Amino acid sequence: MSDTNVTQDLIIERGRTERHYWRDLWHYRELLQVLAWRDIAVRYKQTVIGAAWALIRPFLTMVVFTIVFGKLAKLPSDGTAPYALMVFAGMLPWSFFSSALADAANSLIGNANLISKVYFPRLIVPIAAVMVALVDLLISFAILIALMLWYRFMPGWQILLLPIFVAIAFMVSLGMGVWIATLNVKYRDFRYVIPFIVQLGLYVSPVGFSSSIILDQWRLLYSMNPLVGVIDGFRWCLLGGESQLYLPGLWLSIGVTAFFMWLGVRQFRKMERSFADLI
Amino acid sequence: MSDIAIAVENLSKRYLVGHQSAKRERYTALRDVIGREARNFVRKTVDVVRGRQIIQGDEVEEFWALKDVSFEVRQGEVLGIIGRNGAGKSTLLKILSRITEPDQGRAILRGRVASLLEVGTGFHPELTGRENIYLNGAILGMKRVEIKQKFDEIVAFAEVERFLDTPVKRYSSGMYVRLAFSVAAHLEPEILVVDEVLAVGDIDFQKKCLGKMEDVASKHGRTILFVSHNMAAIESMCRSALLLDAGRCVAHRDTSLVVQEYLRNVGRVSATPLDVRIDREGSGDIRFVSMSLEGSRGSEVGAFRCGAEATIHFVVENRTDRELRGFRAAILVENAMAQPVAVLDSWLLGHEISGLPPGRASLRVVIPKMALMPGRYQIWIYSTVNGVIADWIKNAGIFNVESGDYYGTGRLPSHSEVMVLLDHRFVVSEENSAERERSAQNNL
Repeated sequence: MSDTNVTQDLIIERGRTERHYWRDLWHYRELLQVLAWRDIAVRYKQTVIGAAWALIRPFLTMVVFTIVFGKLAKLPSDGTAPYALMVFAGMLPWSFFSSALADAANSLIGNANLISKVYFPRLIVPIAAVMVALVDLLISFAILIALMLWYRFMPGWQILLLPIFVAIAFMVSLGMGVWIATLNVKYRDFRYVIPFIVQLGLYVSPVGFSSSIILDQWRLLYSMNPLVGVIDGFRWCLLGGESQLYLPGLWLSIGVTAFFMWLGVRQFRKMERSFADLI
Repeated sequence: MSDIAIAVENLSKRYLVGHQSAKRERYTALRDVIGREARNFVRKTVDVVRGRQIIQGDEVEEFWALKDVSFEVRQGEVLGIIGRNGAGKSTLLKILSRITEPDQGRAILRGRVASLLEVGTGFHPELTGRENIYLNGAILGMKRVEIKQKFDEIVAFAEVERFLDTPVKRYSSGMYVRLAFSVAAHLEPEILVVDEVLAVGDIDFQKKCLGKMEDVASKHGRTILFVSHNMAAIESMCRSALLLDAGRCVAHRDTSLVVQEYLRNVGRVSATPLDVRIDREGSGDIRFVSMSLEGSRGSEVGAFRCGAEATIHFVVENRTDRELRGFRAAILVENAMAQPVAVLDSWLLGHEISGLPPGRASLRVVIPKMALMPGRYQIWIYSTVNGVIADWIKNAGIFNVESGDYYGTGRLPSHSEVMVLLDHRFVVSEENSAERERSAQNNL
């Protein structure tokens, strides 16, 4: 061995799966940060109130939902928790999911110029999109804290488990986002499917109302929607004992999440090498 | 251990391309359109179900962008890759940069690979120069520490110190290119793959970039693959070169020999009659069918003469069923080194060609006095009808210019790098005499 720097040979061949894919992904983590940072930095350029948009939008939605579902339709809240607080605890994961899904699904097409000109593990692109939504989620927590202070509401010990549900929300958005992003590269029809999913999802997920109003015999079936488990989890963590956790539903939601994660990543890895040709 | 940095064996890449069916009729019955669309829809649905790619058009054809290409590059070598448009150069680079995968064969690369297929990949117009350096650096695979270290060097090379905190959308195109190239030039991979990125930017900066690349190759022993249309750059930078033609490797030898072969090759393609050329683009409303050269008395000639009237005679075919208006024809003239030297364009003259009846017609481009130096030239044809590209053929034809008596003295410049002849004269007059003459005239 006369080589001074021992570098591994890179072999390029059809169908050759990269042995070090996950290590590569880790190696490129700085690019992940940079891409997420770029999307955040660019978003509010040339706007007047800038990042305040991240606070105003969820706040107004919360006000509307509270009026429509709580005051007009007079739906019950979870226990004694204020309706606005319950809505907001559900909206946090929902708005995270909807923006993460939409951004991740369009991320590959949006970054077509990168994909057709530079190599990097492509999975970085949708992950970065979900990371951006995660930052928005963190910003929205500021409103939640303000609301809790306003209503003088003290969360219980359950709040310590919140990161678990954030992680599930992350997985479900990433899994579905990656899957749709893959399909979107090949069949642009999915670009029109996403807004539809997001719009419909808002009504079939317990965002504006509590999932306790669902009849018991339908509850398990309802939990096929992975967002149900996530939203219930958020409410349980944030509203303390006021919201009951429906365990079978939670496990089912986690199972569905895991399925989407598996499906998404599998499809993605299978198609990844031909993205540059199709995009 | 061998010192081979890149070994490529039988590399092939296939694409599927779709066509509209050959018959294109202007008035199609709605019934036909519905029928065709329905057939396409069924085919697409079947494709989706089988998980295949959707291809537009109703005829699908297989196309090998690269076929059985094999070569080796030693460590520290700078290999030039040349070939006509569509010869497979970019496909080869894309495979070697792991952007797309080959269908057959394989390549073995020894060392860290960085590729530069485009200047400023991922630059975001809203971000400042400083931010874009970090963004672009990360995209090209640099670590943040690495970028930080070289930051000042990058900025100095690009000469944009004053505009670091300005969004790049406010940059002039020159500044933009300089900044983008500068980031890339500071990459430190063992293997660098460069597509035709130097075609942009001003001449001085191009030279600076070439210098930087040469520096990188010779001092640091880095292997470089370099694609360019600029034969002069290829000859100055690479000792050996690879010639691709229609996806195959035609030659891999000494640069000067390969460049010669390439130029001959281009000549051969250009010699193909226009009406059988299929490598053309555009709506096809009008087609250039043939081309011939006419000398001063309207007689057909084999070559033009310096200083004499020269006419390029095209036969064009109006393939619509009405008289064409708003037709623009442009001829780009390139010299043997593939450098553009002139353009003959009806738009420049403000002449909108109209009144072309359906069927064939003659179109003559008259050059009153041929001002190009003796040599071989090739032309590109570009034409539009009402702003829509109608017929566009690269390397459409060639013509030779023979030496002639441009200045009426029987003399021509002897310097080989002179490209064009200009009419001019030398005037001698006594200082202030011009003024005196003018006042004398006023007095009359």
